[in-house]
Amino acid sequence: MRADRPRGWRLVGRYTVLGVVAAVVLFPIYAVLLQALKSGPDALDHPSSLLPTHLTLDTITTAWTDGNLGRMMLNSMLVSLLVTAGVMLTSLLSAYAFAFLRFPGRGVLFVFFVATMLVPAEVTVVINRRTADSLGWLNSYQGLVVPALASTFGMLLVRQMFLTLPKELHEAASLDGVGHLRFLWEVAAPLSRPTLGALGLFTFLGTWNAYLWPSQVITDEAHKTIQIGLEDLKTPGDISRFNLITGGLVIAALPIFVMLVLFQRQLVRGLTAGAVKG
Amino acid sequence: MAQVRLEHITKVFGDGAEAATAVDDVSLEIPDHEFMILLGPSGCGKSTLLRMVAGLEDPTEGDVFIDDVRVNDVEPKLRDVAMVFQSYALYPHKTVARNIEFPLKVRGIGKAERAAEAQRAAEVLGLGPYLGRKPGQLSGGQRQRVALARAIVRRPAVFLMDEPLSNLDAKLRGDTRAELVDLHRRLDSTFLYVTHDQVEAMTMGTRVAVINQGRLEQVGAPQEVYDRPASVFVAQFIGTPPMNIIPGGLLGDGSVRLGVRPEHLRLDTGDGATGAGGGRVQATVRQVEHLGHEVLVLAHGNGDDGLALTARLPPEPGLPGAGDVVEFAFADRHVHRFDAASGERLP
Repeated sequence: MRADRPRGWRLVGRYTVLGVVAAVVLFPIYAVLLQALKSGPDALDHPSSLLPTHLTLDTITTAWTDGNLGRMMLNSMLVSLLVTAGVMLTSLLSAYAFAFLRFPGRGVLFVFFVATMLVPAEVTVVINRRTADSLGWLNSYQGLVVPALASTFGMLLVRQMFLTLPKELHEAASLDGVGHLRFLWEVAAPLSRPTLGALGLFTFLGTWNAYLWPSQVITDEAHKTIQIGLEDLKTPGDISRFNLITGGLVIAALPIFVMLVLFQRQLVRGLTAGAVKG
Repeated sequence: MAQVRLEHITKVFGDGAEAATAVDDVSLEIPDHEFMILLGPSGCGKSTLLRMVAGLEDPTEGDVFIDDVRVNDVEPKLRDVAMVFQSYALYPHKTVARNIEFPLKVRGIGKAERAAEAQRAAEVLGLGPYLGRKPGQLSGGQRQRVALARAIVRRPAVFLMDEPLSNLDAKLRGDTRAELVDLHRRLDSTFLYVTHDQVEAMTMGTRVAVINQGRLEQVGAPQEVYDRPASVFVAQFIGTPPMNIIPGGLLGDGSVRLGVRPEHLRLDTGDGATGAGGGRVQATVRQVEHLGHEVLVLAHGNGDDGLALTARLPPEPGLPGAGDVVEFAFADRHVHRFDAASGERLP
């Protein structure tokens, strides 16, 4: 072990590279945070605009009240929770079918599912919006939630996990009289908890940060999610409030920050799931 | 309690050019309360046969009967069979108690009753202290018992076991063998047990079915199979070291092959004291293995037919050493005769 550990200049070199990469990644976050903690004029005061001087919470509190961010955060939270629950449910069910059931056309159907991942969301957004419109779902929660309830990625992730379960478990259960749903709830799903945790986290983050689809189906104030609502904080021409949007950004990022801190381990485990068997 | 009957069972995996016959026209009757062993080398089709009784595989041809009811189209859970898998197939996230009572829970049996049943099964198998643990915290032997307990609580008509001891170490395997025989006696059930280990077959089974390349070679009581093997394959598969097979040409009849167990070969010291009347084979000693209570003499024939011989001798003075040329003798009553072409036993 000791021989593998880099020493001396190699170690210095390694940390230098890591430090530079970390700075590149962290700088935008630092810049936004600092801008948010300054008043409008101070934020424009070069060269000290990126130095921690004259800090204030005014910008953030103004963004919260003027932007009606509380309502938007609630909307985002509701939509993200519903989509996360829905995706986990549909992923579990579809993954079970592809992993454990044998039915005619399974292979073709599976390829068809996976092929949908090749189509970028931008390609389907127009036709999907027209569908939502014809269903009367513009400016509604179902317009935000229902189209996101199934995820091919989620199905694939859970299916891969299911395929690593020993097939004897399924056989033993079927001999014991365990039906499909019971096996799913009592055996397959509990054994896939790390994968499901990662999927839940990915889905929540993805839905919370979604911009394109909500911007297409929501125009009224009542249903706006936080990401499209931030746009209202733009104040072209008003220099005294020019950094208001950074205050909104900080608020919008807070729940994500909390989630990441709480579930960091799940995220890493999900990213490496299936990389090494066992 | 139940009897199991297999009638002309054939199982083919794949089709066309890739078709592989795993089980080839096997008929077998397992009476009530029998401990039947399906014995054969890896890949001979014995597990496939067991899985067809369980309903985990469908026979390509033939019928499976349990208590005279044809069960080919009956779901596994309705066949009243319980199976113990080689890998135990325990639910890793459930405690021992929950694992054992799970089949009862599925049947809708009340909580108190299930707990009592699980407790009873656990006690039978000495698992009492481990009920609260997860399978990952148990040794291989304990996990194997949990798998057995999970099968017992269901009180199935037939127990199916697929090499349940193969993951245990030698000592534990010996102990568990005896326990399984005892369990069979107490449960009064029919056991169908798959193994490639002839020691398990000899010590546990009331009867043994020897399978080779998907075909049934012989069915009989263990001693009967040992004493009168139906083919060269059975003769060499059962018994350690395996039976010596000597080309009949050496003794003047090329249409037969002769089989002699290692314990029936004697060193012919040339003084006539061996008392053998059957035959003699000259060989060169390759190796001598001293096992304490006996000595194995490994030799090869002096012809160019690749004849290999093993003799099991008492550890007495005067044993040959490597390189010595010796003459082995054997009595006629100890000679098994097989057809040279088909390998089948001759009357």
